[in-house]
Amino acid sequence: MSQTFYLLRNREVPQIGHMDVYREHGGYDALKKSLAEFEPEQLVDLVKRSGLRGRGGAGFPTGVKWGFLPKDGRPRYLVVNSDEAEPGTFKDRELIENNPHQLIEGMIISSYAIGAGQAYVYCRGEFLKGSEELARAVKEAYAAGFLGENILGSGFSLDIFVYRGAGAYICGEESALLESLEGRRGNPRLKPPFPAVAGLYGMPTIVNNVETITNVPAIVTHGAEWYTSMGTEKSPGLKIMSVSGKVNRPGNYEIPLATPLRTLIEEYAGGMQEGRSIKCVIPGGSSVPLLMPDKLDTPLDYESVLQAGSMLGSGGCIVLDDTVCIVRAAARLVKFYREESCGKCTPCREGTYWMTDVLDRIEAGAGNEADLDMLLDIADNMNGKCFCPLGDASLGFMVSAIKHFRDEFEAHVREHRCPLGAKVYDTVNY
Amino acid sequence: MKPEWKEWAQEAKAEFPKANSALLPLLHRIQRAEGWLAPETLSDVAELLNLPVQYVESVASFYSLYFKQPVGKKVVHVCVGLSCMLAGSDELMHRLEEKLGVSQGQTTPDGAYTLLEAECLAACDLAPVAQVNLRYKGPVPPEKADELLKEEVSS
Repeated sequence: MSQTFYLLRNREVPQIGHMDVYREHGGYDALKKSLAEFEPEQLVDLVKRSGLRGRGGAGFPTGVKWGFLPKDGRPRYLVVNSDEAEPGTFKDRELIENNPHQLIEGMIISSYAIGAGQAYVYCRGEFLKGSEELARAVKEAYAAGFLGENILGSGFSLDIFVYRGAGAYICGEESALLESLEGRRGNPRLKPPFPAVAGLYGMPTIVNNVETITNVPAIVTHGAEWYTSMGTEKSPGLKIMSVSGKVNRPGNYEIPLATPLRTLIEEYAGGMQEGRSIKCVIPGGSSVPLLMPDKLDTPLDYESVLQAGSMLGSGGCIVLDDTVCIVRAAARLVKFYREESCGKCTPCREGTYWMTDVLDRIEAGAGNEADLDMLLDIADNMNGKCFCPLGDASLGFMVSAIKHFRDEFEAHVREHRCPLGAKVYDTVNY
Repeated sequence: MKPEWKEWAQEAKAEFPKANSALLPLLHRIQRAEGWLAPETLSDVAELLNLPVQYVESVASFYSLYFKQPVGKKVVHVCVGLSCMLAGSDELMHRLEEKLGVSQGQTTPDGAYTLLEAECLAACDLAPVAQVNLRYKGPVPPEKADELLKEEVSS
C-alpha cells in the first residue's frame, strides 16, 4: 500500500543515511528552524503539545519528562536508549542502521531543548553495524557544523558520543543503562531519585528511546497540530510496529496510532500464511499479556490495548497461528528472562529459573497436575516483588497463556506429550 | 601487555573521562584484536585504567559478548527468541551442531567456529536470524545451515 513515511523515510529514499542525501531531502532543516525560531522552553512546550509519548515501552509523555529536570545549573545529559532487545521488537535497528542522521538531528534539537551539552547513544553490543553507522554519521555532522562548538552560530554547543554495550537485555532498563554507561555491571539502580534528578554521572539526565527522539524533527517541521491530528487525544501521532511470527510479511510498519490490530496484521503484514488462523497475538513485545483473536479490532493506542487486557509496550507484535504450541511459546519466552535476569533479586533470579524448568517439563510430557498451580504460585510470589520490571515482565505472557489456554496445558499433562506434536530437541553431548 | 594497549587506554579515557566509562570501549577494542579476554588481559586492563582486577573481572563477567575463554575464528550466534523459534531456529541450531560436531556453547577443535545461542537479536523480520562475528545473516532457514558456515565475514 502507498503511504507517506515520516519515520521510515529510508524505505523510499535510498542512501538517506548519508549526509548529502539526507540534506537533499530536507535533512537538518528542522534543526535550523529550531535554533533560529525557538527558545529551548518553547521546544519543550511544542513536544508537550504534540503529546509525543515514550516509544521504548512505558509510553510516558516525553515533554512532561523533559520538564522534570531541576533548574539548578548543574550540567545535563541526554542519553538515547538503543539497547533494543525486547523479543519481537526491531524498529530501532532499522532506524539507526538506515537513517542515523534523523536520530542525530533529533538528538541535537532535544539537547538544545533540555539544555544538554553532551548527548550519548547507548547501542546494544550486538548492534555493531548500527553503532558504526551512527559513529560515521556523527563524524559527518561535526564536519557539516551541526555538532561541536557554537552550532550554526546559535551559541549552542553539543558533543555526541556513541557507546556500545556488550550483551545484556537489562541494560535497556534506564538506570541499568546508566550504570553500564559508567563502566559498571548493568544492575538497575534504586529509584527515586529518577535519572531526571540524578542520572548519568549523578547529573540530571533524560533517557529517551531511539524512536521517540526520531519523532522530534518531524514534529518541529510539521507542528504539534499535525502530530495530534493522528491517533487519539491521549495517544497521538505515529508509531512503528514491528510485526513478526506467522505472518506473510514480517517487518516494521509505520502507522498512525489507533490503527486496528487487524489492519496491521492483515493489510500491512500480509495476513496469515495459507490456510492458517490466528491463535493469539502478543501486541507489544514479549513482556505483555497475549490478546485472543476476538480482540483483533482493538485500536493500537496505549489506552485501548490496555483496556483489551494487554499493553502497546514497544510495539513488537508477535503473531502465533494455530500450529503453535502455547506451552512451548511460554517456555521460550520465560527462558529469555531467565537468561537475562541480572540475578540481583531472588524472586526474579529463582522464579524465572523454576518457571522455565516447569514449563519445559510440561512440554516434554513429564508434567504433573500440580504444575499449573505451581506456575501461578511462583508468578504470584514474583509479581511486584522485584527491584526492576524484568521479573514482572517475565509473567505477562505465561499467566495470560494459562488463563486462555488452560486446557492445552492440561492436555500436555494428561497425555504425557505435546498434543500439537512440537518437536523437542534433546541436547546432544558431543 | 601489548604496547598499543596503552595508547588505546589513553584514547578511551580521552573520549570517556568520567567514572569508569572507558572500560567497556577498551575491552571491546582489545577483544577485537585478540579474539577473547584472557585473565592476564583483564589484569592488564585493570592496570591501564587504574582499577582493581576484581572489578574488571566482575564487569567483564556480566556481559555475554565479552569472551572469557578462547573462541573460534568465526563466532556464530543463532537467535533462539520466540519469533525465530517459530521460523525454525531450533532445527537450524540442531543442524549446525551436527555439522560442526559440537554442542551450542562450544568451539570446534580446529578453532574455526564457536556456536552460541543468542537471546533475540532484534531482527525478527529476518527470522530465523544469525550473526557471524556480529554481522547479521538472515533469514537462514535450517536447510541453509551450510551456507551460513561458508559466509565470508568482514571483521
